[in-house]
Amino acid sequence: MKLSRRDLFALAAGLGAAGLIKLPAYASDDAVEAAIKKFAGGMPKTGGVDISAPEIAENGNTVPIEVSAAGATSIMLLAAGNPNPGVGTFHFTKMNPESRASTRIRLAKTQDVVAVAKMADGSTAMARREIKVTIGGCGG
Amino acid sequence: MLSRRDFLQTSFAASAIVGVSGFGNWAKLSAQQKLTQNQLLDFETTGNVTLVHLTDCHAQLKPVWFREPSINIGVGEAAGKPPHISGEAFLEAYGLTSGTPEAYALSSVDFVAMAQEYGRVGGFDRISTILKSIRSDRPDALFLDGGDTWHGSMTALKTQGQDMVNVMNALKPDAMTSHWEFTYGIDRVTEIVDGLEFPFLGANIFDSEWNEPAYESHKIFERGGVKVAVIGQAFPYLPIANPGWMFPNLSFGIREERMREVVDQVRAEGAELVVLLSHNGFDVDRKMARRLPGIDVILSGHTHDALPEPVVVNDTLIVASGSHGKFVSRLDLDVREGGVKGFKYRLIPVLADVIAPDPELSALVDAQRAPFAEDLAAVIGKTESLLYRRGNFNGTWDDLICQALLEEREADIALSPGFRWGPSLLPGQDITREDIYSATAMTYPNVYRSEMTGAFIHTIMEDVADNLFNPDPYYQQGGDMVRVGGMGYTIDVSKPIGERITDMVLLKTGEAINPDKTYIVSGWASVNEGTEGPPIYDLIERYIARQGTVSMKPNTAVRMAGG
Repeated sequence: MKLSRRDLFALAAGLGAAGLIKLPAYASDDAVEAAIKKFAGGMPKTGGVDISAPEIAENGNTVPIEVSAAGATSIMLLAAGNPNPGVGTFHFTKMNPESRASTRIRLAKTQDVVAVAKMADGSTAMARREIKVTIGGCGG
Repeated sequence: MLSRRDFLQTSFAASAIVGVSGFGNWAKLSAQQKLTQNQLLDFETTGNVTLVHLTDCHAQLKPVWFREPSINIGVGEAAGKPPHISGEAFLEAYGLTSGTPEAYALSSVDFVAMAQEYGRVGGFDRISTILKSIRSDRPDALFLDGGDTWHGSMTALKTQGQDMVNVMNALKPDAMTSHWEFTYGIDRVTEIVDGLEFPFLGANIFDSEWNEPAYESHKIFERGGVKVAVIGQAFPYLPIANPGWMFPNLSFGIREERMREVVDQVRAEGAELVVLLSHNGFDVDRKMARRLPGIDVILSGHTHDALPEPVVVNDTLIVASGSHGKFVSRLDLDVREGGVKGFKYRLIPVLADVIAPDPELSALVDAQRAPFAEDLAAVIGKTESLLYRRGNFNGTWDDLICQALLEEREADIALSPGFRWGPSLLPGQDITREDIYSATAMTYPNVYRSEMTGAFIHTIMEDVADNLFNPDPYYQQGGDMVRVGGMGYTIDVSKPIGERITDMVLLKTGEAINPDKTYIVSGWASVNEGTEGPPIYDLIERYIARQGTVSMKPNTAVRMAGG
């Protein structure tokens, strides 16, 4: 069975609720690093994870974001500059055609989003991507 | 495909024939008062496919004056490269001589004197003559409109773009893409697009609910036995730079991965020539060309740059065709065995006194304007100074607008958006109501008056500066720096966001702006729904009428730091 993107979106949204992460009420680099290490058991190598998101958010309250990592069994998503950086963790069973998930997140300000993947063989990988949240209004 | 080295050799050979030297020839002829339409249009038809590019005309149906920027700074990989050179440096880079018509068309050097000598530029009846000439050489030439076509004049505003739709339909474009078109609101865009006989392309326009394509991404044409794919890319930051509430269910963005998919798709469909009709802005197009293989030609729009030769990035030619109807680009391509084997290019300056108007189009243009003739012609005042807008930090038109905002709304500080559209006016010219609209016509014109803290004003300045000077082009929105009245500042474009703007000073007292203090700020073109205040064009008219004659002094309140 081939899932459509729409199905995947619904699936991802359902999965996203499963694994919320508890972190302190403020975000610091330390808190983000601690969350990554706790999830991955150390600092993962960079690469092997794709984050698809707009360079500049059209609406910081609902920013579409898609993460994928070939062969991942789970991907954790963090918004490194939010008061609470934890967004969620997507878990992929063998029934998933690919390890890819989309959701929408709220970003308080310009910041990096971080995706950390755990692979079936136990290895880990991560990616970072800056998303700008801007006032706007003067282009043209 | 050609190897990169072969391609470069081909391109240099081609530009040696029709690039700089071809340009220089007609320049000399003009200096001897012998410049004719034939020389402007002279072109040895080459290869099997011809592309004609017009972009960012901003609804200027009639010939105008248009001064190119004297300051156009590039950062990051674009620093010091075309189009980020201006004035004498631009002339030097392209081997052009000041005083010649190409120097007049392409640079700000001696603009007023050159304008008096060579006259106005653009006009759709002249553009029609050029198109007819090209089509007589190559009847199946593809005519591609890069957008910002339905917006920017009184008649476009009052007819919600209908005047431009009528005139463009007569010129029969093969495809278009968009930006300001969407500021008429989604219902009006849909109404027009449903009636167009050519595709309205935007690979990067998505339904925001399901994140699925909302418009056609591309069209494949058969020209000269070649399958030509034209992919459209609308302005990526429409919902941020313009009021997103006017087209609430659409999402845009650069969407590089989507572009990669569409390029792969059209190649799979057999396209031998892939053309990107883009409203990305030049630096974004340059980055996209570097990162995405498979695009042969990018017809670049949005940032209003005019370059006499294509910029070559890997195997991609990037063409920049200026704005306001001042130029039409012709690109002939030799496409064989699935690849581009050679090209010839000419950026044709639409010198209105040299190119004969097409009477049919003159009549059509006049018919669009006739219902508004009295309004258009109303003389409101006079200017003793050159009024222009283009440039990174300020222009005399915007200085005048800021003065009007400060006085009419009794504000401490005025903010005027750094738009790149709006023609120039020469010293001694009357200022008509049409001229005021050509600098301000828009569907969200209300002039607000509100209180802002010094800290918030600084945040705005930093935010806009980062939209212009972020070293990564994908984070740039185009446009120029917000224009400021009543306040001076220093800018260091090499710094990161938060550190570029310093020494903000309230000009009327000479005191430093206090982050905690509240100031009265007036501005226009707010993207927020429900902004209240008089329309900017009415406010400017009142101010100019009261002044009678305006005279602008050089702006010394914006200072550049760090070189």
